[in-house]
Amino acid sequence: MGNGAKKFMYVNRRAPYGTIYALEGLEVVLIGAAFDQDVSMAFVDDGVFQLKKGQDTGESNMKNFSPTYHALGDYEVTKLYVDRESLGERGLSQDDLMELTYEDEDDDYKEKPSIRIVDRKELMKLMEEQDVILNF
Amino acid sequence: MAFEIEGKTYETDEEGYLANLSDWSPEVADFMAKEDDCDLTDNHWEVINFLREYYEEYQIAPAVRVLTKAIGKRLGKEKGNSKYLYELFPYGPAKQACKYAGLPKPTGCV
Amino acid sequence: MLHTINKSPFEKNSLGTCLRLAKPGSDILLIEDGVYSVIKGSAMESKVREATKEHTVYALGPDLKARGIEENRLIEGVKVVGYDGFVELAADNDRVQSWL
Repeated sequence: MGNGAKKFMYVNRRAPYGTIYALEGLEVVLIGAAFDQDVSMAFVDDGVFQLKKGQDTGESNMKNFSPTYHALGDYEVTKLYVDRESLGERGLSQDDLMELTYEDEDDDYKEKPSIRIVDRKELMKLMEEQDVILNF
Repeated sequence: MAFEIEGKTYETDEEGYLANLSDWSPEVADFMAKEDDCDLTDNHWEVINFLREYYEEYQIAPAVRVLTKAIGKRLGKEKGNSKYLYELFPYGPAKQACKYAGLPKPTGCV
Repeated sequence: MLHTINKSPFEKNSLGTCLRLAKPGSDILLIEDGVYSVIKGSAMESKVREATKEHTVYALGPDLKARGIEENRLIEGVKVVGYDGFVELAADNDRVQSWL
């Protein structure tokens, strides 16, 4: 990542299957990752449902795209912020989320967690640091 | 679009990518490669099989730089570089190999 | 930062989440169905009133007009801007976040 890299945050606020937002958002992130920017994702409101583990669409005839979140690390998207309040309101905790990790090239390829649960103030601050924020 | 092998018809999109993932077989890969004047060697198969496994696990075809890095990790540095992969797949390693592997066009390929 | 919201608060909680995460002092512009947030006497009134203390809250005039919402029906403290005002807000702020 060059010094000219801009900070991009993708804010995800929709559940995965009811509308196309989540899948489109994920695709935009993967495509955008080719541009070598400093990318992060935030999961707020129903967006936290995108990261719920154990999704299985086998009986509902839709493509289960939850495995694709595991590829984000390969695309160097390693900062996934989850809004604590949204999670709590929906009866979920960190244990309900997929375990997403990335290999830290600068630290002997150690596997590290990508998901970080953040509170309101921290998310507010992160958003203020961005050059570009895109909502899905 | 479509093509036929031994009486069976295979649907493709306008760029020649297989419409149905489940239609794929090694014969399909061979057929597609021949159309491009390409003979599939073990080195090609290594990449094709890797892509199929990657898709199975993540449900996407990786972008070329992701593929390059992942190949390097799996098959060694001498194979995880664009020079090696472009020699195998001159039309673009991700695009061409994904096609032979029966996958959709890679996500994040621009 | 300029925040725009284009959804009715009675259908989506985009405004609520924006208010929770927007830094104090931000400009908040309600457009399209977002303008349904600023009707006096609605269930949103106290929330919007609170918001006007921390932020500057604007509603887009042409969108209010299109929906038959007269200016005397607006919650006090909400400012009405036209398209020119929208452009000015976008230009004056270094960044825009469009809540969907």
